[in-house]
Amino acid sequence: MPLIKLELEELPALYDPEAALQPDAPLINEEHGSNICNYHCVRTGDITEGEEDADLVIERSFNTSRVEHAYLEPECGLAHFRPDGVMEVIGSMQHPFSTRRFVASTLSLSLKDVEVKTVPMGGGFGGKDDTAALVCARAALCAYLVKRPVKLVYSREMSMRESYKRHPYTMQYRMGLKRDGHITFVKVRMVADGGAYCSVTPWVTWRSTVQCCGCYMVPNVHCDVYGVYTNNVFTGAFRGFGSPQVNFAIEQLVEIAAQELGMDELDFRRLNMVKQGSTTITNQVLDTHTVSLQEVMDKVLSEIDYETKRKNCSYGDPAMDKWYGIGLAISYRGMSLGAEGTDFNSAIVNVQPDGSVLIETGVHENGQGSESAMILIAAEELGLDVKRIRYRMPSTSNIPDGGTTVASRGTLLGGGATTNACRILKGIISEVLEKQYGKKASSFVDGNILDENGELICAWEEAIRLCYNKQVYPYAFGVFQAPRVSWDEETGHGDAYFTWVYAAQAVELEVDAKTGNVKLLNIVAAHDVGKAINPELVKGQFYGGMAMGAGYGLLEEVPLKAGTPIPTNYHQYRVFRATDLPEMTAIIVENPDPTSPSKAKGIGEPTLEITAPAIANAIYRATGARYYDQPIKVRRPRP
Amino acid sequence: MITVNGLEHHIPETLYETKLSTWLREDLALTGTKIACDIGVCGSCTVLIDGEAKRSCKLYLKDVLGTQITTIEGIAGEDGTLHPLQQAFIDAGAIQCGFCTPGMVLSALALLMINHHPTRSEIRQALKGNICRCTGYQQIIDAVEMAAKHMYP
Ligand code: FES
Ligand code: FES
Repeated sequence: MPLIKLELEELPALYDPEAALQPDAPLINEEHGSNICNYHCVRTGDITEGEEDADLVIERSFNTSRVEHAYLEPECGLAHFRPDGVMEVIGSMQHPFSTRRFVASTLSLSLKDVEVKTVPMGGGFGGKDDTAALVCARAALCAYLVKRPVKLVYSREMSMRESYKRHPYTMQYRMGLKRDGHITFVKVRMVADGGAYCSVTPWVTWRSTVQCCGCYMVPNVHCDVYGVYTNNVFTGAFRGFGSPQVNFAIEQLVEIAAQELGMDELDFRRLNMVKQGSTTITNQVLDTHTVSLQEVMDKVLSEIDYETKRKNCSYGDPAMDKWYGIGLAISYRGMSLGAEGTDFNSAIVNVQPDGSVLIETGVHENGQGSESAMILIAAEELGLDVKRIRYRMPSTSNIPDGGTTVASRGTLLGGGATTNACRILKGIISEVLEKQYGKKASSFVDGNILDENGELICAWEEAIRLCYNKQVYPYAFGVFQAPRVSWDEETGHGDAYFTWVYAAQAVELEVDAKTGNVKLLNIVAAHDVGKAINPELVKGQFYGGMAMGAGYGLLEEVPLKAGTPIPTNYHQYRVFRATDLPEMTAIIVENPDPTSPSKAKGIGEPTLEITAPAIANAIYRATGARYYDQPIKVRRPRP
Repeated sequence: MITVNGLEHHIPETLYETKLSTWLREDLALTGTKIACDIGVCGSCTVLIDGEAKRSCKLYLKDVLGTQITTIEGIAGEDGTLHPLQQAFIDAGAIQCGFCTPGMVLSALALLMINHHPTRSEIRQALKGNICRCTGYQQIIDAVEMAAKHMYP
């Protein structure tokens, strides 16, 4: 006699976000009450006026695909329920504090009873936030139940199947133009496929909303952005976070606009781009930092010799077997989380009795080199050799939650907190010195502390000894709070981000006229990073981002079957290999940022977000055809 | 018998069907050999077998009986001084997350043993089987060039 009777009704699955938006569509998450996960808009100026002012209107639609992070190290977690009642977890994750939250809620423990320790991670790119935390929570649950340490390691197949992907977008743009080249309006509707669950869709799409017109001034904007639930694999954070999609569209659109106007695409960009003191489409005045868009663009153009080479482009010349093209894309990007979230971080500087220094921040090492960046920042601030400083891998039980290491905020926020902690520490040491020697410390250089006349007060070690003798700890806790940002959901107006970065990239390539194969010949990038703390690692962020961006443009996509990813491993999900990529050039531009204590801004994401549109523009100049879908598959141009 | 980094290991027949990658990591605790795909397409698990770069996830112990195997743990000097290739990877900024690094270094070492002065494109060709998701390969190529100059001036 069965005790449970189950009645199942299979509802039609919704794989297409547009279908999910239909009023009669079945609800995917009933408790949410709608298949619209979130909606953002911008309403600036008067769109009707923009339409009336326009001499010419262009309309284009663009589509982007789902992309896999493909970090080389699959998700893993190691959990151990300690005899003192603390669940200790280490694992491959981007955010120890969200892992702690997941573990605590899974086991109904309070946060103090879960300690997540960080270990270097084998790549994340935004992808090791919630899935990775879940893997750790499962390991912790097993460890809790079996009372033994448990290690859970994903196979690549599990990783590709379960982990979230980049949001695919459809974008419909309508742009009005004056004969003289000014943009009179932009009307845009974007739909992002969030998949079956809501990870960070509201924030990804928010960035797309703020940056919907690219780095251009537009007086009249009407922008609607929808994050939509579907029955597809869910989508979430991925390096770039809602901007690679928009840039793929807008950086092609401006070139199409220039061409329709019979104008040089560089002049068109120069005319419309944001400049020092410009007002963005969300009514933010860009006056707190150097707006270096023109500078980065000019550096790239001259390095690659754009204007000369542009004359050699093939435009699908039927007489040729190989088509040559060169293309450019530029962008601005709001730094850190902006009005998407609370944005602060802390650092501990703890000087040991022998003068060596331990530092710790709420920032996580994702392989981007945040550890060494923090050491360099502290070394410069304290005037010490880097060998005297060790970065202590933080534990969630020792330092406050610094927010997740995403949004290119590691150096900016962690560096800010480190700088501030070092300054507080110097204040503490100076006070001790002043009492002892009656001299004011004014600089810390080369292991010495000098007064305002540049004369030696004492060596660093001596000062530290003195602190301990006087029962004063040379220890400081520093905080960096991001400057205030604002956002009005109704109008889409506000100071969305407290600072911005500027970028330009250009690509040269060759298209085989028979096969349509694209060969990248050269990529040049210039990014304003504020200040390069560790130039070699900054360049590493350039090259890695450009490579990933090139893959986004030409190769990468995750096709689905019944909502589930088809590729299971690297043999089906191809990423660029050493032979697919050309030599690349990285141009570091430094305009120290007054809003950042360390003067540095971020670099991780900007490098990825414009390679694909630069490729698209180069492919146009090679083949004479525009491609509106990413990744670009050049159709066999000739039979 | 299998020799790993100069140490001989007797292999009972019961281990013949064990994957080399698993054995290295789990039995010998040589966890510098990384597993990223486990199907032989990413190169993370590369080791040197009689001087040739091979993917240890595609081999079973029965396939490598009687060979000399070098893992990433076996290339530094006895006093712990890094191998010139390892040092070059650090100096060139060729390491980000580091997960591909052991395989990259060993593939590069296999190349340099037979080609002392490779061109950049020969280096790219030799590292084609090793995926790196972080670096875009540029500084890895720089590192191999740098090491070649140092090792074979
Ligand atoms: S793990 Fe062996 S080739 Fe990928
Ligand atoms: S450094 Fe991360 S995969 Fe190569």
